[in-house]
Amino acid sequence: MSASKSTGGVSPLWQIRAAIDPRHYWVLALLGLVAPLLGWGVASSLDGVDKVFLPGPADVLSRMWTWAVEDGLAGDVAISTWRVVAGWALSAVIALPLGLFIGSYRSVQALLEPLTDFIRYMPAVAFIPLVMLWVGIEEGSKVAIIFIGTFFQMVLMVAEDVRRVPLAQIEAAQTMGATRGEIIEKVIVPSAKPALLDTLRVTMGWAWTYLVVAELVAANSGLGYAVLKAQRFLQTDKIFAGILMIGLIGLVIDQGFRLVHRKAFPYLAGRH
Amino acid sequence: MSARIEIHDANKVFGHGPRAITALESADLDIRPNEFVTFVGASGCGKSTLLRMIGGLESLTSGNITVNGQPITGPGVDRAMVFQHYSLYPWLTVLDNIRFCRQLKAHTRDRTSADVEKASGRADALIRLMGLSHVAHAYPSQLSGGMQQRVAIARALMSRPPILLMDEPFGALDAQTREVMHDLIRHVHRIEGSTIVFVTHDVEEAIYLGQRIVLMAPRPGRIDTLYDVPLPAERHQDMKLEPAFLALKREILERIRETSGMKTDLEQLARLNADAAATAQE
Repeated sequence: MSASKSTGGVSPLWQIRAAIDPRHYWVLALLGLVAPLLGWGVASSLDGVDKVFLPGPADVLSRMWTWAVEDGLAGDVAISTWRVVAGWALSAVIALPLGLFIGSYRSVQALLEPLTDFIRYMPAVAFIPLVMLWVGIEEGSKVAIIFIGTFFQMVLMVAEDVRRVPLAQIEAAQTMGATRGEIIEKVIVPSAKPALLDTLRVTMGWAWTYLVVAELVAANSGLGYAVLKAQRFLQTDKIFAGILMIGLIGLVIDQGFRLVHRKAFPYLAGRH
Repeated sequence: MSARIEIHDANKVFGHGPRAITALESADLDIRPNEFVTFVGASGCGKSTLLRMIGGLESLTSGNITVNGQPITGPGVDRAMVFQHYSLYPWLTVLDNIRFCRQLKAHTRDRTSADVEKASGRADALIRLMGLSHVAHAYPSQLSGGMQQRVAIARALMSRPPILLMDEPFGALDAQTREVMHDLIRHVHRIEGSTIVFVTHDVEEAIYLGQRIVLMAPRPGRIDTLYDVPLPAERHQDMKLEPAFLALKREILERIRETSGMKTDLEQLARLNADAAATAQE
């Protein structure tokens, strides 16, 4: 309402940071999803466009259907999900306590943060030969690649979440006589929890992006492996189907995290 | 329940070598039991630093501060602190914020059932005192800034601290809310009997609340002048218009201008005005 005063004839849709009608939001969100799909459909049906170069949405859908009923899509989804979640969970189990200490103590930060900063720039792909040498070519190697891709970013993000806990919250506890352990347990952890859950959500997305890389390592199942195999046989429609499947799973997991966030932190309601 | 605070030659230097900044130089001050003292001064005068040193949140570079003769080595339950903002726990309700200290070992040693009962009675009494009954189960984010500060004060008072330290607690509130908070905190001082040290940059607030005013000056931060406030213990808003109040306000404001370098700003402004006038005449 206050926005309408200062519009000067400009629609709220084009005002910087102005709130928009929820109906407009949904129409635009739907448009953002449907328009590329339509564009894709049109582009692929143009004369002279080879199906191997760009398969249409219908080709991809029918490929996904045959994959599902004849080729064990469910199994590929299950094994890939397991690998991603295992690598990500292993990261979280180590990164959460480590990040908590880096964010709470400057001495731990000095000891570990420069090292982590250094390692996180190393490409996970480059570790494949080493992982095969050290971990072997069993399931552990796939989990290890996803761990390497996720862990070092996650530690730094957790440390940053912990450092963002307002100093006044910590000092208030100190003046009430809280011990260091009590400050970490009763102030820092609960205060950082919403940000930590967001970090877990974002890093879960990154873990999925390492799936294809992880399944480069002597895999014979999984979505990433299927995409790589399809590449060998120039099955462009299957490559599309595999990528879309990964995107869909990511979308579902992301929405799941957002739902948990809303339910777990009711005190944040209306503060966005 | 009250306590004497003695500050002897307290110094605070931040940083080392040529970049070192003297935040507080040779501060001496004796704060009597149950006194209400306000620290006022321009920014950079070290008023918050000195308060945080009393609270044990900032170490002394040299000198010492004692409470009832005991030197301060860190934060303690005898000195509660109220901050300007962001100190409440957003995941706890108002009631749980106020009762927070009951979760801490420092407050629950040798706890008997009578203590527990007394504590819950204390929380209820503070909620009533601060006018928070209708929001006891709300979260801080649902409250206005003034209500949030009431919660912060109630939380600080929960353990009956002999000393209450307040670091510009009303600095972010609007003028009307501040007036209400002023009368509330005066009332708290009367019935709780704690020694209160209150930091502000607002001279009117410093006079209305304090029995004694400590005027501090910057570069380097130091205690400049002490003023006794010539007002009775019982105060009301109309007193802000009385001649004695206004005279003291004028005196303190002038001294702040003299010590803060604002004088040169005023001279600069006068020169610019003269220049503008000269240009207009041409």
